[in-house]
Amino acid sequence: MKLLNISSPHATRPGTTGGVMQQVLLAMLPGIAALTYFFGMGHIIQIALAVIVAVGAEAAVLYIRKKPIGFFLKDYSAVVTAVLLALALPPLTPWWITIVATLFAIVVAKHLYGGLGQNPFNPAMIGFALVLISFPVPMTTSWTAPTPILENAIGFSDAVTLIFSQRETIDAYTMATPLDLYKHKVAVATADEITLDPIFGSGIALGWEWVNIAFLIGGLYLLWRKIFTWHIPVSYLAALTACSILFGWDSDRFVPTSLHILAGATMLGAFFIATDPVTASTTPLGKLIYGAGIGLFIYVIRAWGTYPDAIAFAVLLMNFAAPFIDQYTQPRTYGHAKAKRGLPGKE
Amino acid sequence: MSTKSLQQISKDGLWTNNPALVQLLGLCPLLAVTGTVVNALGLGLATMLVLIGSNIAVSIVRNVVPPAVRLPAFVMIIASYVTCTELLMQAYTYELYTVLGIFIPLIVTNCAILGRADAFAAKNPLLPSAIDGFMMGLGFTIVLLLLGAMRELIGQGTLFSNMDLLFGETAKDWQLDIFVNYPDFLFAILPPGAFVGMGLLIAIKNSIDSKIKEIEDGKKDGIVAGSKRVRVTGKIT
Repeated sequence: MKLLNISSPHATRPGTTGGVMQQVLLAMLPGIAALTYFFGMGHIIQIALAVIVAVGAEAAVLYIRKKPIGFFLKDYSAVVTAVLLALALPPLTPWWITIVATLFAIVVAKHLYGGLGQNPFNPAMIGFALVLISFPVPMTTSWTAPTPILENAIGFSDAVTLIFSQRETIDAYTMATPLDLYKHKVAVATADEITLDPIFGSGIALGWEWVNIAFLIGGLYLLWRKIFTWHIPVSYLAALTACSILFGWDSDRFVPTSLHILAGATMLGAFFIATDPVTASTTPLGKLIYGAGIGLFIYVIRAWGTYPDAIAFAVLLMNFAAPFIDQYTQPRTYGHAKAKRGLPGKE
Repeated sequence: MSTKSLQQISKDGLWTNNPALVQLLGLCPLLAVTGTVVNALGLGLATMLVLIGSNIAVSIVRNVVPPAVRLPAFVMIIASYVTCTELLMQAYTYELYTVLGIFIPLIVTNCAILGRADAFAAKNPLLPSAIDGFMMGLGFTIVLLLLGAMRELIGQGTLFSNMDLLFGETAKDWQLDIFVNYPDFLFAILPPGAFVGMGLLIAIKNSIDSKIKEIEDGKKDGIVAGSKRVRVTGKIT
């Protein structure tokens, strides 16, 4: 008999992988709607492009690997990867960057490691990190300004033109993200001066606050449906909040806590990316450590790094650590004594 | 005590025991400087030169050096050849020398060279050692070139750029622009791209090897038409 060599949890539940993935897609809808409302049609086109490429690539690789194509396509994992990747990319990313990122995510980050369930790193974040380090200029200058402060909203045809063909007029639509802008201006201006910029609106960060709240709602829905447990999002957000209060209490010198929580991809990361069951820790204590690690790294990279946001690198760094965390946080088996820790002492 | 034929030595160096793809030696320069074809070729030729020289010298002194101090002696020999190569490069290809920088002196720490000196040249006569040095160097250079070409093509969309660093003015227009208006793909130029590219090359070599083995096994075990089936024990496939 061959022993199954699979990672915990071993207890399964009713429902299928495809069912779970459909719930995740459903829960992303409010976030996608908010992004489209505030930042134009770019995200919709990116999602469509990434999904087409991802499904095509998945089918091609499954064909080469001689696996049943229909069976594996029906688990929707490639679609979820593609949508997450498209949501992470700036809305006006040139089309070829989206294609490169999606292909790398599916072919290299997922299937070269053995397909769904075998990949040590989050495929969507690998694809994102690849294009972020490879094409820094288009990746940081393709963020659209929020629609309320644009003269003309970005319609479908505008987005198609900007993504697929000419990019000369792109400057009229793009703007730094609030996180990036605050970080760069804080060296020369006070908090009150910075927040006069229309990009911050009357609230925290125009548009972004609603996007994050929408993703939070989607995440809470998934939590209610018990798609994942509370550990990772809670420790992630707690660590990020704690770090930003500890280091950033003075908003004249650091990005304030409210911006850390409600701008950028914080909520998308907390509920949809960090909770990926394949690449995250699986033990309860391990999940707390894993989430807190991501929160900590996000703060460190946002505060002292040069990239506009930090979710991808923070998640990938903790993906590295997840097997190690699992090794040392194995829970006590019911009916057995607590495992001895540390080096064996003299009796 | 040479037991290998020259043919076998050549095959080992180029394929079965390739220093870069099988022994995985000398990865530091391999991964660091293979951003373009010209860098790869420069480093490959320098390494090959040192490898041939050191193999010959080690083979000559192999019966004189006591085993206890053989490694320091070999390293001294290798270091002298590296110094010669370095001076030669400074004299004739100074720009390339500045581009490759620290990785030329670092050839001395390339395990492939000390490995061949200790594992082969110290036990074999002059001619096989020289051939071994040449073939191992050639195998290493070919892998460097493949990786360099791959990274240059994906990273910058060109091939053979800046070949004048090595071949003088006439090589200036050897550059092939494969893709026009290519946005630099930094990942391929940065070290992670080298690791991924190297992994792909090793995977290609392994898959070719297993294909060859499959064909050979198929030939051996194939059922010959008209043969009678006999019950045998001890082998179940």
